[in-house]
Amino acid sequence: MSLLRPQRSALPGFGLSLGITVAYLSLIVLLPLSAVFVKAAGFSPVEFWQAVTSPRVLASYRLTFGASFLAALANVPAGVILAWVLIRYDFPGRRIVDALVDLPFALPTAVAGIALTAIYAKNGWLGQWLEPAGFKVAYTWIGVWVALTFVGLPFVVRTVQPVLEELEPELEEAAATLGATRGQTFWRVMFPALRPAIITGFALAFARAVGEYGSVVFISGNMPLKTEITPLLIITKLEQYDYRGATALAVVLLVGSFTLLLLIQLFQRRTRGARA
Amino acid sequence: MAGNVSTLVYVAKHRQRRSLKDPLWVRVLLIGAALLFVGLFLLVPMASVFAEGLKKGWGAYFAAFRDPDALAAIRLTLLTAGIAVPLNLVFGLAASWAIAKFEFRGKALLISLIELPFAVSPVVSGLVYVLLFGAQGWWGPYLPSGEHPWLGSWLNGQDIQVIFAVPGIVLATIFVTFPFVARELIPIMQVRGNDEEYAALTLGANGWQTFFRVTLPNVKWGLFYGVILCNARAMGEFGAVSVVSGHIRGLTNTMPLHVEILYNEYNIQAAFAVASLLTLLALVTLVLKNLVEWRHRRVLEAATASTTRQFIS
Repeated sequence: MSLLRPQRSALPGFGLSLGITVAYLSLIVLLPLSAVFVKAAGFSPVEFWQAVTSPRVLASYRLTFGASFLAALANVPAGVILAWVLIRYDFPGRRIVDALVDLPFALPTAVAGIALTAIYAKNGWLGQWLEPAGFKVAYTWIGVWVALTFVGLPFVVRTVQPVLEELEPELEEAAATLGATRGQTFWRVMFPALRPAIITGFALAFARAVGEYGSVVFISGNMPLKTEITPLLIITKLEQYDYRGATALAVVLLVGSFTLLLLIQLFQRRTRGARA
Repeated sequence: MAGNVSTLVYVAKHRQRRSLKDPLWVRVLLIGAALLFVGLFLLVPMASVFAEGLKKGWGAYFAAFRDPDALAAIRLTLLTAGIAVPLNLVFGLAASWAIAKFEFRGKALLISLIELPFAVSPVVSGLVYVLLFGAQGWWGPYLPSGEHPWLGSWLNGQDIQVIFAVPGIVLATIFVTFPFVARELIPIMQVRGNDEEYAALTLGANGWQTFFRVTLPNVKWGLFYGVILCNARAMGEFGAVSVVSGHIRGLTNTMPLHVEILYNEYNIQAAFAVASLLTLLALVTLVLKNLVEWRHRRVLEAATASTTRQFIS
């Protein structure tokens, strides 16, 4: 118990509040999550390997991780430009745009999914122009990318914004005085300062996209081997009562996202250390 | 007056200094690109929800809400959020009190564990409860006797159904909205420190009085902020709830699931009508969120580091 005894605090309620916290955390999160790993531990290695490397599953990884990567990548320039415009310029509707950036956080994913499908379908607002031009979005991997770009949009904006706000204007002035052009100032002075925030935002958007389900299933068309994402494959396996297959895939997704989260935390700790 | 004038001069100078930096064409180009992106990716989808919902006029729009299944879905969504949000609120207060007011080993680990649900795919969040409480139960198939009486089987024996029933939906919702309130409160309580609580205790208040009269009023806006976000996610959650619900119309359908069913039945207009209600909820959430941010910027600044991560799932 000495491990848990608080230091330097005369406030009451430590035992009660920590007790509630640990009990609730264990019951709601830790115990259920461990069920996945305990269940997976019951598989033989060969069985597990077969479950997570069948051709249909491999195709779903390619789509899930590939489209998530491209979506997070697209979020980088879009996010940096949005953050830049929102912090540096004043224009009518700036506050509204700033608030709207969080829409993908607040809008239920299923609503986003059917809305994007309606827009990009053959007779939709955008689809009716794109499809005749030979650019099919709905029910292709591009549709998956569109949905994941929507979902990840706020991350880069919200990680870059505070850093950009705190950046000293004197830095830019000094660069300008020394003869740098505006472009040189951005790439040589400002971009290096923003880079950690951009990488963090990218990784957060990527991690979110890999697990995303609701906004993707409507627009993807869900064709096995072609437009089937891994989270959907988990549900398909569950519906076929293939609990083992579903669990094995869940382990892959969990290990993937935990690794990403760990990398983000390590990266943030390192950059914070470098700044101090 | 003098103060106002000098402020104006400062603002003017500041503006000028800023505007000198980027040529007009760069500003126009960047603002244009940003607006185009926001329009294409955010405004158009949102507008299409209302346009599709109203395609057949207001009569058809409101008819979508008179359907008993739609009403049952709305009721279930309210019930689910009504259970999940208060529970996570109490947990958030307990967790932030323990973490912000005391020093103990393993604190960083505890914070990471609290954030864990944000890193889990919604589908997996539902799956974990199926594995625990599903008909096959935990470990069931791997034990010699086949259906071994573990958690799931015991509950089934008691005639309490969790999966494909309301308790499973509530559990999955609690899981995905678990970190919201705690995430907001921890940094805010940490910034405020313990001095005011010490003062209250010295003046003779007991622990609960200190908590309700000193701590809670100090963090009430952060608490409200966390609750708004928690509620929006609780009402809108789709993936996790979809796995545990079983999609029984009128019984285990929440609003997002009802939207899915209508959509898959090609009842597109009704699907978008119900979806528009969820969109309004999202807009109200954004307005409230911005009001709190605007009025209590300094309080929340402590939490800015956390806001970017709060929606990962």
